[in-house]
Amino acid sequence: MNSDLFNEFTFFILAIFVGIEVISKVPTILHTPLMSGTNAIHGIILVGAILIAASANDPLHVALGLVAVVLATINVVGGFVVTDRMLEMFRGRQAPPKPDQKPGSTPKQT
Amino acid sequence: MKLAIAFAYLVAAVLFIVGLKQLSSPRGARRGNWIAAAGMVIALVATVPLLHFTTAGAVITIIGIAIGAPLGAISARRVKMTAMPQMVAAFNGVGGGAAALVAISELLSQSAHPVFAIAFPSALSIVIGGVSFAGSLVAFAKLQGLMTGTPLTYPGQQVVNAAIALAIVALVIAILTIASLPSFFVPLVILALVLGIAFVLPIGGADMPVVISLLNAFTGLAVAASGFVLGNFALIVAGTLVGASGTLLTTLMSQAMGRSLGNVLFGAFGAVQTGTGAAAAGGPEGKTVRSGTPEDIGTMLAYARKVIIVPGYGLAVAQGQHAARELADELEKRGVEVDYAIHPVAGRMPGHMNVLLAEANVPYEQLKEMDEINGEFKSADVALVVGANDVVNPAAHTTPGSPIYGMPVLNVDQAKNIVFMKRSMRPGFAGIDNALLYDPKTVMLFGDAKDSLTKLVAAVKAA
Repeated sequence: MNSDLFNEFTFFILAIFVGIEVISKVPTILHTPLMSGTNAIHGIILVGAILIAASANDPLHVALGLVAVVLATINVVGGFVVTDRMLEMFRGRQAPPKPDQKPGSTPKQT
Repeated sequence: MKLAIAFAYLVAAVLFIVGLKQLSSPRGARRGNWIAAAGMVIALVATVPLLHFTTAGAVITIIGIAIGAPLGAISARRVKMTAMPQMVAAFNGVGGGAAALVAISELLSQSAHPVFAIAFPSALSIVIGGVSFAGSLVAFAKLQGLMTGTPLTYPGQQVVNAAIALAIVALVIAILTIASLPSFFVPLVILALVLGIAFVLPIGGADMPVVISLLNAFTGLAVAASGFVLGNFALIVAGTLVGASGTLLTTLMSQAMGRSLGNVLFGAFGAVQTGTGAAAAGGPEGKTVRSGTPEDIGTMLAYARKVIIVPGYGLAVAQGQHAARELADELEKRGVEVDYAIHPVAGRMPGHMNVLLAEANVPYEQLKEMDEINGEFKSADVALVVGANDVVNPAAHTTPGSPIYGMPVLNVDQAKNIVFMKRSMRPGFAGIDNALLYDPKTVMLFGDAKDSLTKLVAAVKAA
């Protein structure tokens, strides 16, 4: 096993632990936005799609590369935009009123 | 130069991790999404010096982005809130497809005997990416109503699926040991797509968010595998992060539904034999449904002491959250105690109801989680079920053969009176009948949730 491959494997293993650790305490209401956010992050495949598309030199590779770039771009752009739209709705509502709120202060005026 | 690229990839990886961390706390979630997006831009820009453009390559790269970016942005902008889960499924599917295409393209560029370190991750990426692509499309079709949301099962399904999986393993071994030839990997691609479809078909519509989350983790792994193929650090780290966090998220989501992941994925299989019997037992034969006028129900609500509103998908579709708030305000004016019972998976995604009701400025303290409110139904005069069905179905407690058996549900059946606001008698998302609709305590109010709520407001005012 060469050292490059070994490095890659090291990153892979460490990233597994980081990935698990980083979201271990997520409230239920954020499950869907988080799913959508991670969905956008795997849009990183666009990097791979560009790498193969750029050097395409025969019709088969051109076709594969073009489709890969289109699909990956949809993933990354759509992923981030749709996540933002979901989270937009949480704006301003996330500080839950404390139960020991003073009786005089109404939590919401409309 | 190489060092600069490596450094940029490192920065991108850190931004992904920080972004994910922020995404899992309500306060920073929105910022977290943009931090991750910034990481993405950095990773993409850093990749440019690595490219060796051919003329055709430069053209397709630009055209591909020019097509994909507006497609992604516009569909993400236009999609209705209620259709978000299938939108995520679609974006996830195309990502998985892209990962598989990258691996196919790379295998085609290699000799017939690529080194193991290329051949193995390529095969993995093709299989996992293909499953994710096809599975996501089925999930999309089920949620979009393009096909039935009920589990599709047939006798011997598990044997067929296992046979497909075994054939895939055999083809991967053939590629690794004999040769990497199109006659091996073309069938591999096809079988991966078939497996993706076969894997999602037997899973009911109500469980789709969990399945999408799992397929999302799959795509992450496929991307990581493509990273090994190309020797690209950014793909390996970002893909693995998604694969790992997505797997954990999937188990958290199924826990929120009170089920194991295995039960979600394979639960339908056990029901094949008993399915018809259970449906007949709980079916509507010979039972009558009582339907009421808004005036009757309005009076009942106005003179209740305690009302619990149970919102569901029907409320979201009708955009009835403001009308619900209005009704609650009107009732509170008359001294009625009003609470909202929020099931963790009410609507079509976890947290859906919290988001909608927050938009209508419903006071946070009135939104009660399932565990908190379930004991209170006994003392409620009226449980007002607005467009919810599966999350209040007592079959989850009483009918072991039911696909939702074991799922925690709201104990609406314990309330003194039950009002169901539904558009029709059609079963809910899980495609199963709800005996509660035929309960003598139940009154139906048919129609669009928003219209019905508005009529109730008027009726309460008049009462």
